[in-house]
Amino acid sequence: MISIDNVTVGYGTVGFITAVDQVSLTIGDNEIVGIAGESGSGKSTLMRAIYGDFSTGLGIKSGTIAGRFTDAASDQTIEKPSSQFRDLWWDQISYIPQGSMSVLNPLMKIEQQVVDGLPKRERGGSRKDLRARIAKFLAGFGLEENVLDAYPHQLSGGMRQRVLVAIAAFVNPRLILADEPTTALDVVVQKKILLMMVEIQRRLQNTLVLVSHDLGVHYQITDRLVIMYKGKIVEAGRTADIFANPQHDYTRNLIASLPRLHGQRAVDRVGAGA
Amino acid sequence: MSDAPILEVRNVSRSYRKGGFFGGTHFKAVDEVSFTLPAKPQVFSIVGESGSGKTTLARMVLRLVEPSEGDIRLLGRPLTGKEGRINDLEFRRLVQPIFQNPFEAFSAYLPIEDYLRRTALNLRVAKTVEEANQLADRALRSVNLSLERIRGKYIRQFSGGELQRISVARALIPQPKLIVADEPVSMVDASLRMSIVNLFRTIVEEQGVSFIYITHDLSTAYYLSDQVAIMNRGRVVESGVPTDILDNPTEAYTRELMAAIPTVGERWSELEDIGRTYPTHSSRQQTGSNQPPANA
Repeated sequence: MISIDNVTVGYGTVGFITAVDQVSLTIGDNEIVGIAGESGSGKSTLMRAIYGDFSTGLGIKSGTIAGRFTDAASDQTIEKPSSQFRDLWWDQISYIPQGSMSVLNPLMKIEQQVVDGLPKRERGGSRKDLRARIAKFLAGFGLEENVLDAYPHQLSGGMRQRVLVAIAAFVNPRLILADEPTTALDVVVQKKILLMMVEIQRRLQNTLVLVSHDLGVHYQITDRLVIMYKGKIVEAGRTADIFANPQHDYTRNLIASLPRLHGQRAVDRVGAGA
Repeated sequence: MSDAPILEVRNVSRSYRKGGFFGGTHFKAVDEVSFTLPAKPQVFSIVGESGSGKTTLARMVLRLVEPSEGDIRLLGRPLTGKEGRINDLEFRRLVQPIFQNPFEAFSAYLPIEDYLRRTALNLRVAKTVEEANQLADRALRSVNLSLERIRGKYIRQFSGGELQRISVARALIPQPKLIVADEPVSMVDASLRMSIVNLFRTIVEEQGVSFIYITHDLSTAYYLSDQVAIMNRGRVVESGVPTDILDNPTEAYTRELMAAIPTVGERWSELEDIGRTYPTHSSRQQTGSNQPPANA
């Protein structure tokens, strides 16, 4: 689906600052791929390069990122580099960003924002029909029709994010890219949204790429995992294998530093005080 | 005096008016919460999700928000009210805050050492710049930094983890009795998070400072604290020793919270059943593969 070949990506506003350094990766059909790493590891930059959003000084210095999609209408195969993915946005490719508040327009009702984002093929019938279709789709995720009449500030953060995830799935994309989709949310809501994303992926049998700093999230839902550190991929493989048998020191440290709900505690470590 | 509990919170509530220019309703952000931090230094964690009231509670302990009802006593003396209230300067020497985002806690326009010196001088724990430097250096050394290492630097020249350690050092300058830390590690990378949490534990043991650790993260609270209180909708639903609570949670809310944490080692059971039902819409068929849209 996506082939990343020895790509170096960075920001070219002042000089060139490398954020992703000579990375190669193949993302296949019908899988959930996680990209993990800490701040500054290049995970979000890599994601934006895959999405093909080169609007803010982001550029590919060397190497290629290319995608292969099957067009729904003509059944033809589309092959193009990510710099030309713009035509495929909200058609073959959907994107779920982190900050649902900063993405949605505060002055527009949800319905209008959903409709604006849809590709032409979805907008054929009357507006009333379209609204009914969207409402029915949202209902499948336990979202009521009245969210369409709400302004973003009238919805909770979790609700807004669920709406965004639902919109991303509505166009039946072959590739969904999610950049820290649940980071600002409470764990109970986070779980709900992650389960919703897994459900979407299993039904559409498409590809989900999930960027998260939280290894627990990757452990729960990803099939394959890529660990990034300082712009490089230090380890990649099946998620279960990486957790069972991490190869790289950095990965081992990350896994070891995860706090657990049972087991050793700081009080035991220091010696429980006097 | 030394036997007086560090902090006693008794039936404290805080309500806010919600909606309506006239009338409107009252909403209790914190609802009759009581707890005690004994004289022996320890970590008391308050765990809750957004809107649980944990931050409002912290702000009342920090005297940034007045309780609507109930009272809070520090070393046996009232924080609020008219009689015998601890004065501001003394209060700030005894109780210090650490906030979530260290980049917002410090001025961006001062070298950080200046900021630390001013803290010592403003709190009048140092009379001269020399003394202030000594206090700052001592505090920095207890977080594995030193005045030498931060000299001349501004906040943007530090990483989040380093800067949060500096805010811990800042809080330690007046040698307080109690530090209230509101989500101190939620913006810090996972690999550094545990080092800061361990640092809190060391400070408790070595410097005799108590901590109130406010967090949404049950797992660090479990790891770090002597006592934990779980808040939901303004109330403490369950409290006690973390091992007791997490090994045997009695409240449904605690169980729900625990079940939602993406832990490593055990996958969510719900994942098995996913994918059987899926909402559809008419534009494309729900076969999973791309189909021509019905309206093409």
